[in-house]
Amino acid sequence: MSPIRALIVLAAVLAACLGPAAAADQPGSGEGHTIAGRIKIEAARGFGLPAKTSNTKVILNGGQKVTFARPDGYFAFHNVPAGTHLIEVSSLGYFFSPVRVDISARNPGHIQAALTENRRVLNELVLEPLKEEQYYEMREPFNILSLLKSPMGMMVGFMVVMVFVMPKMMENIDPEEIKQAQEQMRNSPASFSGLLARANS
Amino acid sequence: MALPPRQLLLVLLGFLVAVSLATLAAAVYADQVGLADWHQKYIGKVKQAVYHTQKSGRRRVVVLTEENVIASLDLRSGDIFWRHVIEKNNPIDQLSLSAGKYVVTLSSGGSILRAWNLPDGQMVWETNIQTSSASKSLLHVLSNSKVVQDNLVLVLAGQWIYAISSIDGLISWGKEFTLDGLEIKQVVQSPENDIVYVVGIAGSSKLAVYQLNAKTGEIVKDAQESLPDGLCGEMLLGSSNVLVALDETRSALFIVEFKGESISYNKVQISEFVQDFSGMVKLLPLMSNGIIALQSSSTVSLLKLKGMNGLEVIHSFDRPASVSDALTITEKDEAFAIVQHVGSQIEFIVKVTSDLTNEIIREKVDIDQHRGSVEKVFLNNYVRTDKSHGFRALVVMEDHSLLLIQQGAVVWSREDGLASIVDVMASELPVEKDGVSVADVEHNLFEWLKGHVLKLKGTLMLASVDELAAIQALRVRSSEKNKMTRDHNGFRKLLIVLTKAGKVIALHTGDGRIIWSNLLPSLRASKSGEMPSALRIYQWQVPHHRVMRENPSILVVGRSGASSVAPGVLCILDSYSGEELNSQRFDHSVAQIIPLILKDSSEQRLHLIVDSNSNAHLYPRSPDALNSFMTEMSNQYFYSVDIQKNAIRGYSLQKSCDFDSGDTYCFSTRLLWSIIFPSDAERISVSETRKMNEVVHTQAKIIADQDVMYKYLSKSLIFVATVSPKAAGEIGSAAPEEASLMAYLIDAVSGRILHRMTHHGAQGPVHSVVSENWVVYHYFNLRAHRFEIAVIEIYDQSRADNKDVLKLILGKHNLSAPMTSYSRPEVMVKSQSYFFTHSVKAMAVTQTAKGITSKQLLIGTIGDQVLALDKRFLDPRRSVNPTQQEKEEGIIPLTDYLPIIPQSYVTHSLQVEALRGIVSIPAKLESTTLVFTYGVDLFYTRLAPSRTYDSLTDEFSYALLLITIVALVAALFVTWIWSEKKELRDKWR
Repeated sequence: MSPIRALIVLAAVLAACLGPAAAADQPGSGEGHTIAGRIKIEAARGFGLPAKTSNTKVILNGGQKVTFARPDGYFAFHNVPAGTHLIEVSSLGYFFSPVRVDISARNPGHIQAALTENRRVLNELVLEPLKEEQYYEMREPFNILSLLKSPMGMMVGFMVVMVFVMPKMMENIDPEEIKQAQEQMRNSPASFSGLLARANS
Repeated sequence: MALPPRQLLLVLLGFLVAVSLATLAAAVYADQVGLADWHQKYIGKVKQAVYHTQKSGRRRVVVLTEENVIASLDLRSGDIFWRHVIEKNNPIDQLSLSAGKYVVTLSSGGSILRAWNLPDGQMVWETNIQTSSASKSLLHVLSNSKVVQDNLVLVLAGQWIYAISSIDGLISWGKEFTLDGLEIKQVVQSPENDIVYVVGIAGSSKLAVYQLNAKTGEIVKDAQESLPDGLCGEMLLGSSNVLVALDETRSALFIVEFKGESISYNKVQISEFVQDFSGMVKLLPLMSNGIIALQSSSTVSLLKLKGMNGLEVIHSFDRPASVSDALTITEKDEAFAIVQHVGSQIEFIVKVTSDLTNEIIREKVDIDQHRGSVEKVFLNNYVRTDKSHGFRALVVMEDHSLLLIQQGAVVWSREDGLASIVDVMASELPVEKDGVSVADVEHNLFEWLKGHVLKLKGTLMLASVDELAAIQALRVRSSEKNKMTRDHNGFRKLLIVLTKAGKVIALHTGDGRIIWSNLLPSLRASKSGEMPSALRIYQWQVPHHRVMRENPSILVVGRSGASSVAPGVLCILDSYSGEELNSQRFDHSVAQIIPLILKDSSEQRLHLIVDSNSNAHLYPRSPDALNSFMTEMSNQYFYSVDIQKNAIRGYSLQKSCDFDSGDTYCFSTRLLWSIIFPSDAERISVSETRKMNEVVHTQAKIIADQDVMYKYLSKSLIFVATVSPKAAGEIGSAAPEEASLMAYLIDAVSGRILHRMTHHGAQGPVHSVVSENWVVYHYFNLRAHRFEIAVIEIYDQSRADNKDVLKLILGKHNLSAPMTSYSRPEVMVKSQSYFFTHSVKAMAVTQTAKGITSKQLLIGTIGDQVLALDKRFLDPRRSVNPTQQEKEEGIIPLTDYLPIIPQSYVTHSLQVEALRGIVSIPAKLESTTLVFTYGVDLFYTRLAPSRTYDSLTDEFSYALLLITIVALVAALFVTWIWSEKKELRDKWR
């Protein structure tokens, strides 16, 4: 997981204004409020996909309304009735927390916003990704150590050790001790070396 | 990418593999993209196309489709430059280009106007317009005139007209017309000055014409006139103060002329000048130099206005034929195109409006027979090097495909019917044949030689471009994953999809190419205008021992009309070739299709089709099928969910129909039980049942302390979620106190409610998936204001005391007792819920061949990605501090939210725009499942929920293995020689 590079700087402008009274006969559009905000994605320095606001969708209430961010990151929903709403941001490569937006019916123009993931209250509706999303597993660069660490590498390594180091060790051991050991081996015929010796003879 | 049998190798390297696999990750590496997956982008059926102007130099076209997509296409290849998929809730009505650099779209009933940057598709501005009525809105871009500086866009909705600057989206002026009930129908700009003509209808027969100053919106002149008869609303406004309108009965035309403030009109009966016209008449949007086009049910006619007195038919084309809009080519002249069918070809004709008798172009173009008839034509011109005009056209076909026709040939085609898939199924490919005939060998030998010569040329760099392409095609065809035969692991299959246009298309799972396609004649629109709808697709016949030689076949069921009581249609297709074997029109409607597990002697699967009168009809209609069905009839139950009446009903079958006792294949149904939810408290939101073909490996589940739990595995388990009426709407419309969600587990045979659960303060939309003994559903928690996913697991208590070994030995167990719905089951239910960050569009579960592999949930998120979430995260036995034993069992400590790991997105860095469905198809290899996701885009991949424990992955390093073996053998020899020498030395001593 790449560290949270893109910090969310929200200079959100939550402007709520009463819609013109001309549109009173359409359900939902009368008394409509406007939710306006901004999406801020700082240029990714890591592996993330290039930050492009053109593919950033802002979704109100699970698909009731969808809008796109402008090049400067601003977005707005119009004709939103008073109540508690949910804004989600879909932008490939970034993880955004959904935002709970409360539009007060009694106090027009008063809008509250909070991230639902960590309950952080936003003073301004500026949405920043919580983290970058890295969809691919990182491939480890080739190194000899990882090759040796692999089971087959270990087998080869062990073999090499046995071939070259064991005889040396044998030489260092006291001849009497070897004799003793050989004696022991003869006494235990099922031993591996015994088997080998017999196979070779 | 089939892996050859490696069992031997596996035995040898058993433990090695086990160790090496443990280090493998579940996700894909960036360089593995495209190895086992493919992604295809579509746009849907084009309803409007606007070409870039010549000046901009780019050969592009901007299109708007019925799938609510705006896209910029390359005219040379048909590739997508950019594309935006807008949710279906905000339909885009119109699209236009402004100032040569913006695409302007009007959506949501004329309330949202957006401008997109033409080169890259970035949204530039968005303006919300207050519209007063739900009437159809119009978009009109004022062409660049000298007086109006910033290019204005006019939006007309109901009584309002707005002028919006296309630079920044600011409303320059707005005007409300005072005439009551006025609906603006047409707007035309005067070419000479800044006058805009606006025509509207008030009531049904009052015509009003306004002349506005385009700069300020002031009414310069207005005139009103009541016509003797009503108008249907279709009208065309010519620039020369003449209006042609269809009357209410669609049998006469009004020719209206404006002179100053006076309006004079004349009514002309269409039958007077058009022979044998019948049915619905439509005015086609073509109007220039007094030429209009009329479409009746059988013909398309070109008419010329002769002053006020009448019309003259100049040409008449038999339908299916299509006429394009007029295209200005010179100062005065406009060209238009007509496309009609001639035999198996289409004829592309271009005419100029000043001289209708002449044809600039008449070309015959060969097209694929499975594309149906022409639906729309969009004409474009280009200037050739010798300064003459050349023409090309985009043609939309009946199967929703888009073709570019130029110089008598199809330059490219896009199979955009695939953007509207209705149903999907998988079918096996043919088995690789062992015996090959002599002719085949000779043919193959020649091909083989040719292929090798080509390859040799390729390696010696002697090949031309064409030959290189041929080599590439050869490689693709012969590559392991794209072969047209069945493979050992079952990765190669045909994905057979049914599209909204009634076309059946078979895609190869290897690379997603189209193997065959068939536009079903019985699902094509008839001349009388009824639009059949495609419904479902099923496996009809899978060849087995007795009919091994036959090809498998599939069943397509549809309706012959849009309404649910329209008679059904049935087609049977060969799944290897797509040929239609049989088609039939029912004399009953289709309400529900129940595939049965029974087969007749020719291995045809039996299907019950229930009509809207609750009668069941058996297919295939053969005495043999009837016999095998009759023996099982008493065990057949089905249920129906009636969302309107808020009820679920269970039925059994009875012999003979109510209305036609002579029809032995028709059965009446008997209502066994019904659950009617009180509509003032609950509304059915979703109902879900287990997949018919799901395989469950074991009923027992061994839990931590060597204990056993028995899963309640009933094929007749239904999950139903209901929400309180206030919570049935969108999020934000209900308060937590008045919203609640009820989850029911119902037995479909007895109607018994096995479990009921209430989530207070929760609301839909609910998405659910049922598998084995569990249900997972997604909903919105209003109190926490977050989405939640809940899991319910259901266990059979009656078998719980089978743990006693003594009882088992003595045979006093009920393990082999059949599962029955008649007795009251003792069930134990466990459930848990977790927060989930995203909205969900679709949910599915992985299916494997034997059901041994652990399951993953496939969640289609709001961002059009598919997340694979281990079922272990949704285990009601999770607790905050699991015991050591539970940890060993693999129980994850409880968290209040479900983790979203970016690497576990199945779609990795791709999006399946407008995602609608996820299908999991088991492969032959137990560890692997094939996942197909569709929406406007298609995505296919292979998934191994518990990693590929039964085969080596592509990651496996064969080189390392070889080196190891060589090294070991060498070491063996060295040590052997050594020991020989040593022994010799010992002996000499």
